[in-house]
Amino acid sequence: MLTLFSFLFQFGDAFAFLVIASMGLAIIFGMMGVINLAHGEFIMCGAYTTVSLAQLGLPLPLAILGGSLVAGLIGMVLERTIIRHLYHRPLDSIVATWGLSMIATQGVLIALGSTMQGVGTPLGSFTVGGFSYSTYRVVLMGIAVLLLVGLYLVFYHTRAGVIARATIQLPRMARATGVDTGKVYTLTFGLGAALAGLAGGLYAPTMTLVPTMGATFMVESFVTVVIGGGDIFLGAAPAAAILAVIRSGMTAWQGQLFGQIGLLITVIIVIRLLPGGLSGWILGGRK
Amino acid sequence: MTRPEVNSDLNRGASLIDATPKQQRNTLALWLSRLEGPQTLGSGRWFWLTLALAVLAAVIYPLFVDGWTVGNTAYFLVWTFMAMGLGVIWGYAGSLSFGQTAFFGLAGYGYGVLTLNFGAAYGFTLLALALSVGLAALLAVVLGYFMFYGRVQGVFIGIVTLSVTLVFQAFMAQTAGPEWAIGAARLNGFNGMSGMPPLTIPWPGGDVLLYADIALYYVLLGLMLVVYLGLRMLLNAPFGNVLVAIRENPERAEMLGYDVRRYQLLGFVLGGALAGLSGVLYTAWGQYITPSSMSITAAALPVIWVAFGGRKDVTATLIGTLVMIFLYQWLTIYGSQYAIVVMGVILVLTVLFAPEGIVLSLMRWISARLASTGGRP
Repeated sequence: MLTLFSFLFQFGDAFAFLVIASMGLAIIFGMMGVINLAHGEFIMCGAYTTVSLAQLGLPLPLAILGGSLVAGLIGMVLERTIIRHLYHRPLDSIVATWGLSMIATQGVLIALGSTMQGVGTPLGSFTVGGFSYSTYRVVLMGIAVLLLVGLYLVFYHTRAGVIARATIQLPRMARATGVDTGKVYTLTFGLGAALAGLAGGLYAPTMTLVPTMGATFMVESFVTVVIGGGDIFLGAAPAAAILAVIRSGMTAWQGQLFGQIGLLITVIIVIRLLPGGLSGWILGGRK
Repeated sequence: MTRPEVNSDLNRGASLIDATPKQQRNTLALWLSRLEGPQTLGSGRWFWLTLALAVLAAVIYPLFVDGWTVGNTAYFLVWTFMAMGLGVIWGYAGSLSFGQTAFFGLAGYGYGVLTLNFGAAYGFTLLALALSVGLAALLAVVLGYFMFYGRVQGVFIGIVTLSVTLVFQAFMAQTAGPEWAIGAARLNGFNGMSGMPPLTIPWPGGDVLLYADIALYYVLLGLMLVVYLGLRMLLNAPFGNVLVAIRENPERAEMLGYDVRRYQLLGFVLGGALAGLSGVLYTAWGQYITPSSMSITAAALPVIWVAFGGRKDVTATLIGTLVMIFLYQWLTIYGSQYAIVVMGVILVLTVLFAPEGIVLSLMRWISARLASTGGRP
């Protein structure tokens, strides 16, 4: 019973991390076909902004929202100035975002130094059967689920969501019906960046703030998106659930690094079996 | 190969019918004729004269500077193999690998482990070089099999290869404890492995130890020329033509009867082996390798060199790489953070304004000028 709770906690923690860390990447990839290698730097941006705002005295939830907002705005500006010109060249768009990522990481290192004073993990801990667990981690699990539900509602039950999906599926048709597709792309990229910033804000209290912190999210979020494929809800979400089992299992068995190695081996095997990712496989069955 | 290679023969101007007997008659002449061809820029008297002059300048260069500077220049040459390999994968085969540093690191560590265990006697370092490059090629075979035979698309190849190198780095970084040793070689975690012997050529009357000095410079220069000319021949051979056909239109290449996956895998393995060669040479050059040679920044640098030079031509790749490494070395005087920021800016600007690569665009412009002024037909 106790080990079951412990495993569930580990699983939930890994699931929340994978969902929160990969959502921004998944939206930008699924909607626009662009792999954003600066994803980690948007996370870093969100984390730094959150901590700065919290140190100025803003309550943590507001600071996190602020971090998300700043990352989203920067994302929109970059989409307008750089990414926009590269939509017809997917490989080049990755390379360009990689350049942006290098500039951001090293720029922050130059401007703010190698580390930044963080904020402690809030909410304390609770005890089950002699082991203590962080309450904040449970909150993160809740947020991950809320995030998925919220995005689903936005994309499938609002007018904006319909317009966004229409633009993605048939850009020319959408333009013909009067949709400003350029604006949709900017907003989608901004949303992805804002979600990355949110991830940074949410995890800022639990980790050390260094300019290279984005790289810690990279492997996990890439793997989730690759296994998930193009669709967020049918791909990334179930992929996160499956990967969370593997990661928490491997981590409990051999440590965090082996959790990562397990993810990597999983992804290499999965792409051999399901080239379209989980969503390609699920949707392929329906078509 | 029994089927006629349409692309290459049309481009060489040879008729399809007499191609086969000619091949049998003189294989050497055939391969030499492939030094020029449709897949590589540069042909005719002027090109080869320029190349000969460049080589001559490189050969007499050590006469004018001290040994330390020559050793430093040798360091530039170390990286060209990885860049040319990435050029083959990305520019010619059209699948972008972000993880060349994984092969680089694996071969570098491989060389360290082998030579620290077995020493440098009887030319063993050369065998260690071959074995380590083979190890990198083997990793490329395994990884490439899963990717290309899973028919993974371009974008995902980048992500998977990048993830491999990042995880490999994380793995090597945590091997600080004494339990992480292979034979006599301690892996040493983030501090890296050191103390391995340099490349040693057995020689009657005393082995030649290739420390970072003039001798190593000449060996690397020769090796670079061999690889460069070898790649020119290979890329103008049917193999290279098929790679380019796949890059331009995989479906069409498949319809023409080529096994796209096999060619992509072969290109990937070639690139991986060349990255491994760079890794071994780097380790032997400084007798030192650390996990940071597989970090995300290290992984980005080859992509920047190749993008700047021009991925679709091996000459442009080579020139661009040397220029960028020189620039990077020069900038690190002011601090490596600034150098990396500049590299990032160059990458973004190149992708936006000269997607073909800056050196390649210049080369095309020059050859167009020469053609219009009657420099050649």
